[in-house]
Amino acid sequence: MNALELNSLYKSFGSRPALENVSLSVPSGSRTAIVGPSGSGKTTLLRMIAGFEFPDRGSITLNGQTLVNGSTEVPAHQRLIGYVPQDGALFPHMTVADNIGFGLPGKTASKQHRIEELLDMVALDSHMKRRWPHELSGGQQQRVALARALAQKPRLMLLDEPFSALDTGLRASMRKAVARLLADAGITTILVTHDQAEALSFADQLAVMRQGRLVQAGQPMDLYLRPHDEETALFLGDAVVIPAWVEGGIATCELGRINVHNTSHRGAAQIMLRPEQLQLSSQPQERVEGCLGVVTECDFGGNTCTLTVELKTPSPARNGLPSNRSLLVRSPGINAPMTGSTVHISTVGHAHVLMAAKV
Amino acid sequence: MVPERTELVDSAIPATLRQRSRASKGRVSAWVVGLSVLVSLLALLPLAFVIGVSVQTGWATIEALVFRPRVAELLVNTVLLVVITIPLCIALGVALAWLTERSDLPGRRLWSLLAVAPLAVPAFVHSYAWVSLVPPIHGLFAGVLVSVIAYFPFLYLPVSATLRRLDPAIEDVAESLGLKPWAVFFRVVVPQLRLAICGGALLVGLHLLAEYGLYAMIRFDTFTTAIFDQFKSTFNGPAANMLAGVLALCCLLMLTFESACRGNARYARVGSGSPRLQRMVRLSRKVKALALPLPIITSVLALGVPLITLGNWLIAGGVEVWGQSDVLPALKQTLLLASAGAIITTCAAIPVAWLSIRSPGRLHRILESCNYITSSLPGIVVALALVTITINFARPIYQTTLTVLLAYLLMFLPRALVSLRAGIAQAPVELENMARSLGRSPSRALWLITMRLAAPGAAAGAALVFLAITNELTATLLLAPNGTRTLATGFWAMTSEIDYAAAAPYALLMILLSLPLTGLLYHQSKRTAGR
Repeated sequence: MNALELNSLYKSFGSRPALENVSLSVPSGSRTAIVGPSGSGKTTLLRMIAGFEFPDRGSITLNGQTLVNGSTEVPAHQRLIGYVPQDGALFPHMTVADNIGFGLPGKTASKQHRIEELLDMVALDSHMKRRWPHELSGGQQQRVALARALAQKPRLMLLDEPFSALDTGLRASMRKAVARLLADAGITTILVTHDQAEALSFADQLAVMRQGRLVQAGQPMDLYLRPHDEETALFLGDAVVIPAWVEGGIATCELGRINVHNTSHRGAAQIMLRPEQLQLSSQPQERVEGCLGVVTECDFGGNTCTLTVELKTPSPARNGLPSNRSLLVRSPGINAPMTGSTVHISTVGHAHVLMAAKV
Repeated sequence: MVPERTELVDSAIPATLRQRSRASKGRVSAWVVGLSVLVSLLALLPLAFVIGVSVQTGWATIEALVFRPRVAELLVNTVLLVVITIPLCIALGVALAWLTERSDLPGRRLWSLLAVAPLAVPAFVHSYAWVSLVPPIHGLFAGVLVSVIAYFPFLYLPVSATLRRLDPAIEDVAESLGLKPWAVFFRVVVPQLRLAICGGALLVGLHLLAEYGLYAMIRFDTFTTAIFDQFKSTFNGPAANMLAGVLALCCLLMLTFESACRGNARYARVGSGSPRLQRMVRLSRKVKALALPLPIITSVLALGVPLITLGNWLIAGGVEVWGQSDVLPALKQTLLLASAGAIITTCAAIPVAWLSIRSPGRLHRILESCNYITSSLPGIVVALALVTITINFARPIYQTTLTVLLAYLLMFLPRALVSLRAGIAQAPVELENMARSLGRSPSRALWLITMRLAAPGAAAGAALVFLAITNELTATLLLAPNGTRTLATGFWAMTSEIDYAAAAPYALLMILLSLPLTGLLYHQSKRTAGR
């Protein structure tokens, strides 16, 4: 069952459109990540779900209740939707306990038990209760903000880039902890981020936004391997995009013959491979499909090494000038081929046929 | 724990209820806009008065009243006073600020405190001290001397705060580009002080135009003293009103001039991260010996003279002056008026301040500048306006405490506004949103979060208004109902009878009331620099 339904939402600020025809269904209890470059409208969308902004057109329903449509607007304080912004936005004039207890009904004394429960839930010690927000580290502030949002048992949890202010190591562990906590509590969650790695690892459902439009939504793995267009492909990670002739489920290109999922397509198309689908070996292997190339650049990054490999066969002339195509290839850090060495390139898995760019 | 609410929301709230809550949200902001328009219209009363009276009087009378030797004489006096005093104040303020903030002058913390302290002494008490020390003192020289002493802290405060905030990296870069220390100061530091200098100079200039007591006591005629005398002899006549019109025009000219000088260059620090600490300039022994007399002489003139004369008069008067005169009733009246005025003014500033932070737009900028223009008009113009308006249109409130409070509101609203704005800006709208997402209605969220966080700012604003009212003389003299005597008017009555000993207790009480607030100002200017 779907918890949240967004139906063709439109919003513009002045003459500048911020959202255009955004529709999305969020299954109950799932984790959805909305990714997009800054200015793509993802935060506007989130604030709209929270009730801080209202759409010009379109409707939002949560658990069957209409939050917004042409005639109704449920204000933020009646929505019961939890919200954790980027910096936590803890009330600076209240202690940790008062912050967490803010959304709880009743007297201060009667809330104490629940506040301790919530602190425990976000893995904070109960002696933190009497601390002030400015005495907490960034990670602790985020945990308190999460506990505060959890206090009112929200029907939906919105996270607006909550991990981006944390340093790299803490970010990954916080993300895992939060994902587990929300899954255990069975709370439907929407995360907004511009970090594709974060989105891919956090979500059951991924929605990519660009210039106010929702360009693609689906399972993270699906979007990563089968994006609709080149821009989405490149937004979700490095990609090798080359022209090919596709026929009968086989793409023929400079790398040789590669299987594609799309068996019905016939004709010229762009195909996409992720760098980790390319494999290098120093000896040419007779029976394996592939081609030869020369390593021109080697970017050592510890566990992996990103190589630039120039193909030996010239690609079809572009702009009248014949040139040799360069590819990005990821190889394990150990035993990476040296710069200048000749390698044999083969592919693993299927290539993906990109849709022709809309004109 | 909160299933009741979950159910309540889920079980589809009747549509009418939702509609109502939507409408009530609209009503709240309509109320706020309405209130701030009302406050701003009130603030325009004095300006409307000046224009209205001019139109009513007709050009022929205006010509006869304005273009005459007496007005030319007043104009020359006022212009000379402004043109000589302001540069002196700038030079003194900048020099003291640099010495106390950037050099290793011995005792610089003390000198910094002593440079702010003269603010606690009302301007007319300064001239009272000088007149009793050097009885024949009068005229332009005396006017400039006392004005510089009384008003240079208005330049010292912003300039020293800015000097402390400047990013030292900019000066380092200038030096690495081959500039000599003097060139660094004039080409890099001084331009960055421009905003502070312009703001301070404007404040001093407006005070020069508006002050009555200071110049009346040393017998130096300016527009304000002339208007006052005219008012006393002919009451609400066209002569006084026309002079007030010319004075108002001078103030508006000064306002325009300042905003032209300010320019629109950007002086904020570009870049992120917190700046390093300032580097102290080591003064050689010889320079120190040359520089040290500056703060010493300034402090002796600005603090020594008033305190010593006041002390002398207090000793001469003994215990009797405290018993004989009605000092204590005046203290009570002052406290009452100042508290009421501070509360009313701060409350009136809330809608305007809230609007200017939360939904800055053209309308709200206009509303805000209305308030600033009025406060730049001298108290005497505001008072004359209120006398005329209450006599003609609101007879029941003529010569009542209500009118006095209204005058205070018009004159001191920006002081409350500035602090309140800073306070509200401390509470980002995100926190208000947060409270709403946690189930608080918009008005509850405003009260629980924004108003709570803005409280220190509001209190500081109220304190500034309180201080201003305590030392206000001109408007109170004109508007106060019979029998009302504040510390300032009581002091004025005594000095008018040349009973300087009896005036001393009033002066002492005013200084004592002002001291904590001057301390607050000093502390605030240090804090804005993050130390």
